[in-house]
Amino acid sequence: MTDVIVAPSKEREAGLAGIGSHRKRKEDPRLIQGKGQFLDDLKLPGTVFGDFVRSPHAHAKIKAIRADKAKAVPGIIAVLTAEDLKPLNLHWMPTLAGDRQAVLAHEKVHFQNQEVAFVVGEDRYAVADAIQLVEVDYEALPVVIDPKKAMAPNAPTLRDDLTGKDNAGQGPRRHPNHIFNWSVGDKAATDKAFAGAAVTVKEDIAYQRVFPCPLETCGCVASMDPVRGELTLYGTFQAPHVVRTVVSLIAGLPEHKIHVIAQDIGGGFGGKVGAYPGYICSAVASIVIGRPVKWVESRMDNLSTTAFARDYHMTGELAADKDGKIRALRVYVLADHGAFNAHAQPTKWPAGLFSIVTGSYDIGAAHVAVDGVFTNKAPGGVAYRCSFRVTEASYLIERMVDVLALKLGMDPADLRRKNLIQPEQFPYKSALGWEYDSGVYPAALEKALKAVDYKGLRQEQAEKRKRGELMGIGLAFFTEIVGAGPTRNCDILGIGMFDSCEIRVHPTGSIIARLGTKSTGQGHETTYAQIIASELGIPSDDIMIEEGNTDTAPYGLGTYGSRSTPVAGAACAQAARTIREKAKKIAAHMMEVSETDLEWDVDRFQIKGVPQKTVTMKQIAMAAYSNVPAGMQHGLEATNYYDPPNFTYPFGAYICVVDVDRFTGETKVRRFYALDDCGTRINPMIIEGQVHGGLTEAFAIAMGQEIVYDETGNVLGASLMDYFVPTSVETPVWETDFTVTPSPHHPIGAKGVGESPNVGGVSAFSNAVIDAFAHHGVTHMPMPHTPWRVSEVCHRLGIDK
Amino acid sequence: MAKQKIALSVNGKKIEASVEPRTLLVHFLREELNLTGTHIGCETSHCGACTVDLNGMSVKSCTVLAVQADGGDLKTVEGLAAGGKLHPLQEGFMQEHGLQCGFCTPGMLMRGYRMLQENPNPSDEDIRWGLSGNLCRCTGYQNIVKSVQYAADKIRKEGAPKP
Repeated sequence: MTDVIVAPSKEREAGLAGIGSHRKRKEDPRLIQGKGQFLDDLKLPGTVFGDFVRSPHAHAKIKAIRADKAKAVPGIIAVLTAEDLKPLNLHWMPTLAGDRQAVLAHEKVHFQNQEVAFVVGEDRYAVADAIQLVEVDYEALPVVIDPKKAMAPNAPTLRDDLTGKDNAGQGPRRHPNHIFNWSVGDKAATDKAFAGAAVTVKEDIAYQRVFPCPLETCGCVASMDPVRGELTLYGTFQAPHVVRTVVSLIAGLPEHKIHVIAQDIGGGFGGKVGAYPGYICSAVASIVIGRPVKWVESRMDNLSTTAFARDYHMTGELAADKDGKIRALRVYVLADHGAFNAHAQPTKWPAGLFSIVTGSYDIGAAHVAVDGVFTNKAPGGVAYRCSFRVTEASYLIERMVDVLALKLGMDPADLRRKNLIQPEQFPYKSALGWEYDSGVYPAALEKALKAVDYKGLRQEQAEKRKRGELMGIGLAFFTEIVGAGPTRNCDILGIGMFDSCEIRVHPTGSIIARLGTKSTGQGHETTYAQIIASELGIPSDDIMIEEGNTDTAPYGLGTYGSRSTPVAGAACAQAARTIREKAKKIAAHMMEVSETDLEWDVDRFQIKGVPQKTVTMKQIAMAAYSNVPAGMQHGLEATNYYDPPNFTYPFGAYICVVDVDRFTGETKVRRFYALDDCGTRINPMIIEGQVHGGLTEAFAIAMGQEIVYDETGNVLGASLMDYFVPTSVETPVWETDFTVTPSPHHPIGAKGVGESPNVGGVSAFSNAVIDAFAHHGVTHMPMPHTPWRVSEVCHRLGIDK
Repeated sequence: MAKQKIALSVNGKKIEASVEPRTLLVHFLREELNLTGTHIGCETSHCGACTVDLNGMSVKSCTVLAVQADGGDLKTVEGLAAGGKLHPLQEGFMQEHGLQCGFCTPGMLMRGYRMLQENPNPSDEDIRWGLSGNLCRCTGYQNIVKSVQYAADKIRKEGAPKP
């Protein structure tokens, strides 16, 4: 027991660098010195390389594959085709959505650049040579590229392998190219509201096919130890445990003999969640060859075949009173899933959490229907820096509110004011079934409008319009739904979407904590330590965070959908609280008092009212290994599997101001203000960084990104020459701001933030560009708003002369 | 394929090696010299993750042949810190949160290293143009600009670090 003068609580609290600290990142020292360990940096002795022969056709029969010439290239060890995988039943693999996906094309190819053969050799150069020499005879077949034509009566059948099957994973199919129909909401009430509405609007709003494009592509190293019968799979995995379970189920290897390890990952943004043919082929090749096999995707393969995002073709309708009160929302979505139903959503949700589409508004009735279809495009449907299909939903409602404002002749800010969910309505039950946890929306909107002098901007815009100049002001007031999720409604292949944390306090009072998530740049090693520091009174510098090794980390569902803080962050706090409970018992024993005589003070227990009588957490840690009360087990550790009671609902108000050149169609972002409310803020520096990054990705999507196909299914521009990734020159300067409305059900009140800026950002940019044309009666312009497309609008309106 | 002898200085160290004429500089650095700090992001010169400093110029090592570096003086991110001290740029990136996943960072640092020698007093705009050959998907560049300004400021005050 210490009986000395104790530093004031505030001072000790600051020393912890816990929740709220702008702590510098633990990850940085290795990354700024070239000592990160990314996948391609791994060099196991005897490693060989694998890469794919890919299809030039979007839809074709494979008549023959001849690999003799390829095998004759010096250094080539094997060429695998579907015929080689078939005896192992590995030529197809199950998808997370209940369909199956070809590992290597069997009899048919379904999209351009699909994997046809896997060439393995001693070095990358030999493999590249041999790929050119694999001869494949194709018989081209008619293609379906436009999802709107997929279910035409005479459309070619794409998935012969599903013939006679009325289910490709998520419900009955009504056409050979149909995947599912999913609907939610009260159709009758919605129809009734529309029938009696004073004002209705309807708009077709497409959200183009885009791709997350992290700077590091996907890759893996599979290493089979034939003596032990164990497979170690290193890779760029956002969800390592899920990969282990999936590989076990697919390959029939016992799960304890599979070790999945994700090291440093160079960005993910949703693209590194799923399982790709490269992983399976590398594993099979390693089993066959008995050496480690490395596969690292090229950028072109990454852009053209790794899971895409969005490709939602939506029709939105709003019904409102004359004064702007919104009464009902109706949405129809045609979802282009590409060649296989392989989208990454919680299994029960064929359209993810799209039903958050009523957004931040109190809308009495709503109905959503979604049809998924097959086309001859790469499979996917990942959440590119957003929770499952939430960006699509937010874009739809934020666009529709602007469309309605135009019809009513109301200011878009006034229309939002009128319809925002009010603070006293929380917890708010939406018409589509969600229970929003907390929010003070009107205050956030007013703060944002004031920050940019919204009235002044509208005046300036009016004056510019008189002079024929184009200036746009875009608003977005978004609500996210993140932290998947409560296991009662979220699972992947039946495994509940909890997450986990195991904390061990060492005798000297330092800590190792392991989690089921996996950072891809979000700074988990820094922020999780801050949570534990605040909960346990141990400085965050004395806490090591480890993720990504399935042998040591507790089972978790991984990092995506902004779930790390809401789910694993909660597990962190809960595990720490379990430890503190035990620590209290030890402290009482050390001080020979009753537990009820003790109170917690930052980093120690003190006897109530006697601040000089204390034991610190460090002293307790040593006692946990040397002096525990009778009957208590030694050690100081806890594991928590956290099943969140609800999702969290971060929100924000974004305002974008653009100037459009009516002669060139070029848009200049003059100002972008982002107010985010992510509940309790763990590390404001990291939050700001996340917001900057998310806004930049939103800017990319709204202003330039699109994976385009021609009518025969050729991918146009699968390189960084064609696919827009903004440089520092195009990227606007960001202004960030915040309010704090803690989540009432999260142990520390945090909601998650990484994806909010993408969800709100895309709408704000798009609304700004379209608002520049509002006085010309333009209600909608399809993204991306490239100078060419914008100039076409100017030309059509005759304002470019 | 017949190999060709090359000799060059890498991070101040004399290197002699035999390489295939088609071997890319980035593969030579990563595979032969185990200098894996230089990353490959696109193989087409667009992303800049592989930027290194060769003979006083920033080059993208994914589109330079190793034989072209023969006789050259090359610096990679591993050679940036000197005398047990981080380079002001490395310090700046850490202080100003100029990195997230860290994959682009070595290229950014090496480009920044050359840019600050070309222009020791850059405006934010200068930095944005100077780094425009290097892509980042995480940070939105704003904190990278601040990081470079941090380094420029420190170098102005304390002088450039000795290599």
